[in-house]
Amino acid sequence: MHEAAIVQGILDIAIRTAQQNGAAPIRCIKLRLGEFRGVVREALEFCFEAMKRGTLAEQAALEVETIKLRAACANCGEIECAPRDYNFLCPHCGEVLNILAGREMQVEYVELD
Amino acid sequence: MHQVMLETNILEQNETFAEHNQAHFRAHGVFVINFMSAPGAGKTSVLEQTIQLIKAEFKLGVIEGDLMTTLDADRIAALGVPAYQITTGTVCHLDAQMVQRALHNFPLDGLDLLLIENVGNMVCPAEFNLGEDLRVMVYSTVEGAEKPKKYPLMFHQADAVLLNKIDLLPYAGVSLAELERNVLEVSPETNIFPLSCRTGEGIEAWVDWLKQRNAEFRQTPAANAAAVH
Repeated sequence: MHEAAIVQGILDIAIRTAQQNGAAPIRCIKLRLGEFRGVVREALEFCFEAMKRGTLAEQAALEVETIKLRAACANCGEIECAPRDYNFLCPHCGEVLNILAGREMQVEYVELD
Repeated sequence: MHQVMLETNILEQNETFAEHNQAHFRAHGVFVINFMSAPGAGKTSVLEQTIQLIKAEFKLGVIEGDLMTTLDADRIAALGVPAYQITTGTVCHLDAQMVQRALHNFPLDGLDLLLIENVGNMVCPAEFNLGEDLRVMVYSTVEGAEKPKKYPLMFHQADAVLLNKIDLLPYAGVSLAELERNVLEVSPETNIFPLSCRTGEGIEAWVDWLKQRNAEFRQTPAANAAAVH
């Protein structure tokens, strides 16, 4: 349950931005979260509700965009695929796949009053 | 109402601490290994076996992470190697800031290798860079063949997977080939070392690889700069 540490990171980034903008209350925090990260969305939302109290993010909504895992095979000429069962060997030639997306963990933007 | 675009990494603070740690390790010429696994896979036993084989050749230090107790640090200290225990309380992983705080109480002067034993947990430690040079995962045969598929991130991050407790394979209901195949699907470029801390089988192959990686590290400009310093 490291989601509390991740929520602290999110709040630090958002509150710092709000303070740089005259301590404006935060309306919304938008995340980009890759599915190949060890983050449980329900735990993240639970921690966010608990930890935002008494901060500039007290009224903020958390919006999470989940980014699907995608990979490509350089050997097959950059054939793109969604690895099944986290198998990172190319289904066509057996070469190692390169991850294109799915490892994101970003605050994309914050909306301020 | 206005929108401020950021695209900022959520764990940026941990990354900053990890970079500081790495610079500190480099300044002392210390090669650092982060050991991760589920609880009970055998991390401390692997450390004990490894330490016995290399302590005559290298100056070692160990940082232990656990929720409670100093039992693991006591086991390491009994081998005559300096050990420092971080008790995390309720936190399920080590982060870079905890390691930095530990370094205030744990001098690196004269050390060649620092071994860090992370908290036993298959999920959280994989997300937190400590500033280490190598990530080693211990995976015991009795955990079953599906583990890499269920907890892919930690396997994917590992430079080496030590497949421990091979002496229990006859009772585990899985074959070595099946375990290795599942690890390699999730982490095709990792190095797998089947071994048993109980019988000692396979330990030397892993230790040889570790020595090789350390020797390669010593060839890098960063390590040489520290040696001159």
